[in-house]
Amino acid sequence: MINFFMLILIYSGVYALMAIGQNCITGSTGMLSLCHAGFFCIGSYATAIVCKVFGLSFWLSLPVAAIAAGFVGFLIGVPTLRLKGDYLCIATLGLGEIIRNIATNINPVGINSIPRASLFGYQFASRNKMAFIFLIWAFVIIFYILFQQLAHSRLGRAMTAIREDEVAAQSNGINVTKYKISSFVLGAAIGGIAGCFQTAYTLTVSPSSYTFMVSVMVLCTVVLGGMGNAKAVILGAFIIQFISYFQQLTGLTNVIPPQANQMIFGLILVVMMIWRPQGLLGRDKYRYGDPRTWRQKIAESFGRKKGGER
Amino acid sequence: MVTLTLYLQYIVNGLTLGAIYSLIALGYTMVYGILKFINFAHGDILMVGAFVGLIVYEALLGTSTSGAWMLIAFFIAMIASMAFCAVLGMFIERVAYKPLRNANRLAPLLSAIGVSFILSNGAAWMFGTQSRRFPYPFDNTPLTFLGISITPHQILILVVSVAMMLVLAFFVNKTRMGKAMRATSLDQPTSQLMGINVNRVISLTFAIGSALAAVGGILAAFDFRVYPSMGTMTGLKAFVAAVIGGIGSIPGAMLGGILLGILEAVGAPLLHIPNGLRDTVAFAVLIIVLLFRPEGILGKNEREKV
Repeated sequence: MINFFMLILIYSGVYALMAIGQNCITGSTGMLSLCHAGFFCIGSYATAIVCKVFGLSFWLSLPVAAIAAGFVGFLIGVPTLRLKGDYLCIATLGLGEIIRNIATNINPVGINSIPRASLFGYQFASRNKMAFIFLIWAFVIIFYILFQQLAHSRLGRAMTAIREDEVAAQSNGINVTKYKISSFVLGAAIGGIAGCFQTAYTLTVSPSSYTFMVSVMVLCTVVLGGMGNAKAVILGAFIIQFISYFQQLTGLTNVIPPQANQMIFGLILVVMMIWRPQGLLGRDKYRYGDPRTWRQKIAESFGRKKGGER
Repeated sequence: MVTLTLYLQYIVNGLTLGAIYSLIALGYTMVYGILKFINFAHGDILMVGAFVGLIVYEALLGTSTSGAWMLIAFFIAMIASMAFCAVLGMFIERVAYKPLRNANRLAPLLSAIGVSFILSNGAAWMFGTQSRRFPYPFDNTPLTFLGISITPHQILILVVSVAMMLVLAFFVNKTRMGKAMRATSLDQPTSQLMGINVNRVISLTFAIGSALAAVGGILAAFDFRVYPSMGTMTGLKAFVAAVIGGIGSIPGAMLGGILLGILEAVGAPLLHIPNGLRDTVAFAVLIIVLLFRPEGILGKNEREKV
């Protein structure tokens, strides 16, 4: 029981990282990308290759994973980000499948027995879940703070402008393509880092674990929490992971089939879109010189009319 | 000469595959033409259609092995599956898309992804993840002429899909309802002012698209077997076909499907890449088309207006 709780904490950390990346792409810039599983996959493989084949330390593989995923994001982004919403979504979906397709064609089994990560001589073994929880959540907090800062930067404001109205942003002198690609690369890099931690925990990578399902789960996390709100996205990661491990937690593995969870993810997407498109916590708004207290903000966030913010 | 025959063989195979893609692509393109959104769940409706067809067919057939009855049972199963999917398509539209008609563009897309997930996992729950074979309703010995072999099931695929497309073309171009449909896709508010019941037209579009997807699913089942995630890849490629032909254009979807089928069948041997990377060819084609002619072969170029 407590073991599963710790597992949920670890995986919600990994998914929170991925969701921060997806949030940067979908929530802040308003591009619907469906290849986060692909970036996750690249990050995992990069770590596996750096640690196993080159025998280097896990900490070195962290930037390698981020750069590799970011680079692939750049390669994907340059041709596809010129496309509009719907096309982008399909193109990225296809590319996510291509990444997995290529990984499966190279080696269907994947890479096993990857060396453990260590910090000052302490080895992170999969048995010791507590250490992993600290490790992953430390990074979640770092990236959370980084992305909160990003929202205030020139880049963050340009991204918001593009989300709100692309044509208006362009006419105000924002280089739309450049900022779209930047946002995509950043999101991809965070996805790669999430993959890095996943590998450090499981010590194996196999192409079968980076399916479209993962991309949808990440998207669901972002939608459930609230697009464009980093705090909400982390909350979403908790809820989604709790749903995924619900059977193991309650010991109902024989009663509830595994498909039930995935149906719930689908249902979450539909229901959230119809009744609360802004997510559980809503979008992070009113950041500049807002005189209201957080109580008022919460009251307002729940007091919106049906349909809410568009 | 040998290579020529070989490539002709690939083209024949590609043509049958392409006919299936065309049928499915029609559903994408019709919905896009009217609602301007991609019905992500279309691929999963195809899968439901294949399952319903298989179940009805097996139930009707029982232990009978009579040749004529097999073929009749197959067509009854196909019609039953079309009817089921038409109702399913209208139901999905009513529940998951209609409330979002005025929402921003991301909302129906996300909702459709959700529906697609519910359908594919619901099917996995009900029927298991094992793939099943769709039995041929006749003896499937290949016929050979000029060194090219064509199996009766390929002939069936071609005949059924061409018939379906002709019926659809007649419906859209010659009937009153088809006219209403074309009007709605041109300008929704104006057609509403002209007294067209837009809601009914949209429902009908979903019904027709889903019925065609059911046929496509049953025909695809001959080649790909029946399993809960069969719709994802097939549906995606049909979408690629719709984009190649020009999304929103009905003849475009037919053309794009055939073109994609042939490219896919010929592409892998022509470029000397393993057959496992066929899907990659299809998506590479998609990206190339989107880069150089985003409106597709037969599509109209629409500029974004402020």
